[in-house]
Amino acid sequence: MEIGPYILLASLEGAVTAAVLALTAVGLSLVFGVMRVVNIAHGEFFMLGAVLAWWVANTVGGHPAIGFAAALIVAPVLVGVLAALADMTILKRLNYDPERTIVATIGLLYILQQLTLMTYGPDARPVEAPFNQRIALPWIEHTEAGWQMYYPWGLSTTSYKLAVIGAAAAVLAGVWAMMARTRIGLLMRATQADREMALAFGIPVEKVYALVFGIGAGLAALAAVLIVPIQQAHYLMGADPLLLSFIVVIIGGLGSLPGTVVAALLIGLSDGIISVFFSPTLAKILATLLVGLVLVFRPRGLFGTRAP
Amino acid sequence: MLRLDHIDAGYGGGRVLQDVSLEVDAGEIVCLLGRNGAGKTTCMQAIMGLLPLMAGRITLAGQEINRLPAHQVPKAGIGYVPQGRRLFAGLSVAQNLEIGLRARGSGRDTLEEVLDLFPRLRDRPDQPAQTLSGGEQQMLATARALCLRPKLLLLDEPTEGLQPSMIEAIRRAIVQMRDAGVAVLLVEQRVDAVLSVADRVAFIENGRNGEVMQAEALRADRSIVERYIGV
Repeated sequence: MEIGPYILLASLEGAVTAAVLALTAVGLSLVFGVMRVVNIAHGEFFMLGAVLAWWVANTVGGHPAIGFAAALIVAPVLVGVLAALADMTILKRLNYDPERTIVATIGLLYILQQLTLMTYGPDARPVEAPFNQRIALPWIEHTEAGWQMYYPWGLSTTSYKLAVIGAAAAVLAGVWAMMARTRIGLLMRATQADREMALAFGIPVEKVYALVFGIGAGLAALAAVLIVPIQQAHYLMGADPLLLSFIVVIIGGLGSLPGTVVAALLIGLSDGIISVFFSPTLAKILATLLVGLVLVFRPRGLFGTRAP
Repeated sequence: MLRLDHIDAGYGGGRVLQDVSLEVDAGEIVCLLGRNGAGKTTCMQAIMGLLPLMAGRITLAGQEINRLPAHQVPKAGIGYVPQGRRLFAGLSVAQNLEIGLRARGSGRDTLEEVLDLFPRLRDRPDQPAQTLSGGEQQMLATARALCLRPKLLLLDEPTEGLQPSMIEAIRRAIVQMRDAGVAVLLVEQRVDAVLSVADRVAFIENGRNGEVMQAEALRADRSIVERYIGV
């Protein structure tokens, strides 16, 4: 196989990573943007999504597609409700103080992680994909007889991976539409712009915060449900998405949704390509280096605006 | 309409306001005058419920509002034009007004009345608020507060940094509201501007009540103004 098909293969793998990462990071970015809360427990909401997906799929039984479809709805909703409760009982009491909420969410991280270990256990468990046809991909090559299309050996993806990319894109479009086009999105953006003025104009800021925290966690859980047929559910799986989400959100600009999506594509695709051609470790090193450069030369991120 | 009864308020334990009392009647413009840091803005924030009251009570048309959660206070009928305008950045002119309309469920007719007062805003509903000129931003901040159909209008330095034609437009809107029976509490640094619109002037000094006078009397004898805010 020449280099071209390899790049296509690596890009497809990278696009799956990017899709899941974009969903997770947009959740983190939304919470930071509106609430100015740095949610260290975000990766645990991701992990809970995956673990609940396994639990739901196992409880429902029957055809894998039925269990998966149920998990796709139940897991993000449960995680979102849990996060909203955590907001009302913990973050609200701290008055959303930026520093104390960091400490509180670190505590939340360990509580969620250890509770999962105590109940779900230390094993990594798979969830079966609802469908998983292998799709061979064509490549074109110039030969003596002109351009020819053929199927290189090993160049393939699965229908499920393509569906993950499509589903993530659809959900991201939905989040954008909610923020830009709906009444509740307007209230969220007003709260983001100026919390005190939002109160002075009758916006129930505490309810908006609980909703935003729930939606942010729900997005992470949804991303996890999508990836769990490829990756397996494990109680320590939240660390990587947390780190990568922070990398993406910092590069994209804290609180900027388009910036977050662009940065997720950048990091996801480069991670895929560099991992295939060199090593996954080099990919992480370069991503971290990029964060360092962004922080030095463009501290607000590529798409960030000035914090109020 | 508005009544402050011996209130204490401040930030994080420190009392900026001590034993302040004040009354504003419907159809009256009361101006709060005092030096920088005397507690004028703190007073407005306390009325809006953005600062906790440490003592005293605040009533609006007989309803005690200082026990309400902050987001319920404007729903009692208070429109707030804060210092520095503080529009919702990133939201358009129309969206800023929609937030105001939503607060007390005002309808399309309220919006039309408000836009009649500030025709410049009618031409640019989709422009992002932060790209308006200073004067237009002040108009929008005032219009946003009027969208609540307020019984009480709080204005904190509404003419700060504006050119004379804009000041006149804001002044006209304030007087029109007063004439329509709205109670207006105004914080302003420019004494001449105050004396031209105010019915009464309340001085505030180091967070405590000073004298309360008819504006008429101040126009005749301005020496007392010098005593409170002269340098």
